[in-house]
Amino acid sequence: MTSVLQAQALGKKYGKRWALRDCTVDIPAGHVVGLVGPNGAGKTTLLKLASGQLEPTAGDISVLGGRPGGTPAQLARVGFVAQDTPVYAGLTVADHLRLGARLNPRWDDGMARERIAQLDLVPTHRAGKLSGGERAQLALTLGLAKRPELLILDEPVASLDPLARRDFLRGLMEATVEHEFSVVLSSHLVSDLERVCDFLIVLVDSRVQVAGETDKLLATHHRLTGPRRDPDRLPADQHVVFQRHTDRQSTFVVRTDAPIHDPAWTVTQLSLEDLVLAYMDKHAAENRRVALEVQR
Amino acid sequence: MIWLTWRQFRAAAALMAAVLAVLTAALALTGPDLASRYAAGIADCTPDNTCDRFFDRFFGEYQLPFIAVSFVVLALPALVGLFWGAPLITRELEAGTHLLVWNQSVARGRWLAVKLGLTGLVAMAAATVSGLAVTWWSDPLDKSAVPELALMAPLVFGARGIVPMGYAAFAFVLGVTVGMLVRRTLPAMALTLTVFVAIQLAMPLLVRPHLIPPVTATFELGRVNVGGISIREQGGGPVHISLEPAVPGHAGAWVLASDLLDPSGRTIAGSGEEAPVPVSTTSGPCGRQGGPPNLDACWVEINRLGYRQQATYQPLERFWPLQWIETGIYALLTLGLTWFSFWWIRRRLS
Repeated sequence: MTSVLQAQALGKKYGKRWALRDCTVDIPAGHVVGLVGPNGAGKTTLLKLASGQLEPTAGDISVLGGRPGGTPAQLARVGFVAQDTPVYAGLTVADHLRLGARLNPRWDDGMARERIAQLDLVPTHRAGKLSGGERAQLALTLGLAKRPELLILDEPVASLDPLARRDFLRGLMEATVEHEFSVVLSSHLVSDLERVCDFLIVLVDSRVQVAGETDKLLATHHRLTGPRRDPDRLPADQHVVFQRHTDRQSTFVVRTDAPIHDPAWTVTQLSLEDLVLAYMDKHAAENRRVALEVQR
Repeated sequence: MIWLTWRQFRAAAALMAAVLAVLTAALALTGPDLASRYAAGIADCTPDNTCDRFFDRFFGEYQLPFIAVSFVVLALPALVGLFWGAPLITRELEAGTHLLVWNQSVARGRWLAVKLGLTGLVAMAAATVSGLAVTWWSDPLDKSAVPELALMAPLVFGARGIVPMGYAAFAFVLGVTVGMLVRRTLPAMALTLTVFVAIQLAMPLLVRPHLIPPVTATFELGRVNVGGISIREQGGGPVHISLEPAVPGHAGAWVLASDLLDPSGRTIAGSGEEAPVPVSTTSGPCGRQGGPPNLDACWVEINRLGYRQQATYQPLERFWPLQWIETGIYALLTLGLTWFSFWWIRRRLS
């Protein structure tokens, strides 16, 4: 499995504050990867580092085997749609396409025009007059028509209404099917990711809590509910992700490859959202870190 | 990249072109008339030696447009720094579009190079055109201006010749650099203006006088360098003298200091101060024998006693050498800031 993005102990400091610290992550190629985590987890910083917008303060990062943003060739291979999908308010839609054509050697003009026509965007309209959804689509068109090997999108749909959000993600999906490229997409809304992503990474406090193909994650995580029990008394192959106890009852979210036969438990399937929330729980995250280090 | 830069810049460039067109057209239409009136005036006044009066009249008549066009040339670099330089990068940062444009397949060093190159060259061209046009137009007025507004006077010097080109290049890159550091348009504009004005004041006050070591010499007193000579009506007493910032034989010189020396060589009055000279005002050459005193005779007497003007000055012949040196200094400052902005955009900015 080749990687589109590899980071080793990656860190970025703004003044005295670390926006991302000691982040180690390996994102495989050929997936639509959802990067999810609470606000301030370092998602935007990680993606800006990956697109070469920022220089790391510490550690290493390589994207498609190269240093991000180092050369025009590297820039051409990685597309980046930034948060809030910025476009030039004073330039028209057609100007934006021309900008893309002038500044990118692999620009796919036919694709760009076709997309603009499909979206019913008027080429002579100024981008500043577009709705949020249209603006996001224009920014996506610029990212797609550049024909990158990796397209990075930072919270592209965060400010869109549900309809525009659906259209945007559908456009993205269609493009990934038509032209093979990898996608890394960040969001704090799991429901968005569920629709498009086949690989999920949960980032909390710069740390990767879990990473894996969505199907596999859903198949190996279970919620156990039953009489109160100490986590130490669970089978060794069941890794506790999350636990909550009342006087009589215990609820665990565990990860295990083996089936669960213990009749004391009521086993329920997790939705992707539940799974992500379980990993985002701060206290649980602290415990897990200790556990992971012991395992090593 | 050139296309995008031009696309973003063309409105500002068109506005500048329009302003310059109006300015140069106005100067071209009135310039020849001004020059011929000056020539006619000189031809009239030379035989009867009344050219001083002609200069005063001629300059007084055109003082307002003279000051106005000089001000335009002085203000243009500051405006370029303010409205072209400072927002060049802050506008992208504030709209977030730097994230869009810096992810196209163009290294941001090249992006900056094209932006700085194209906009900077237009700014320099505009400043040069306005500077040279005004220099050409105001030539007759510069020859007849009062010392405070002569060609070498600090404010006028900066509005003539080729220094406006250096000012514009520097102001532009200064605005860009400040914008990169401050990252917000309005504070960047305010800071750019403050720094630029401070440098424009420091240059004539602290640096320009020493670009070429100034000449220091002593001169006899006379009509040219003595501004005021007062002889009291009654009671006699000494003659009071105050010096002008001018030196005899070097018309148009930029006088940095003009001191009155007594016969022992001691300074008894600085520039603009009044000092008593012990010459009788009741009798002798400076006395009032019935009518007003004969000033020429009075000066002969004062000079005979050993009173002199000691002046430190830059003669008018140094106008062009000083222009080139100062332009060179601003070019070096511009290059330094340009280097810094490239370093900063690669290493630190985003």
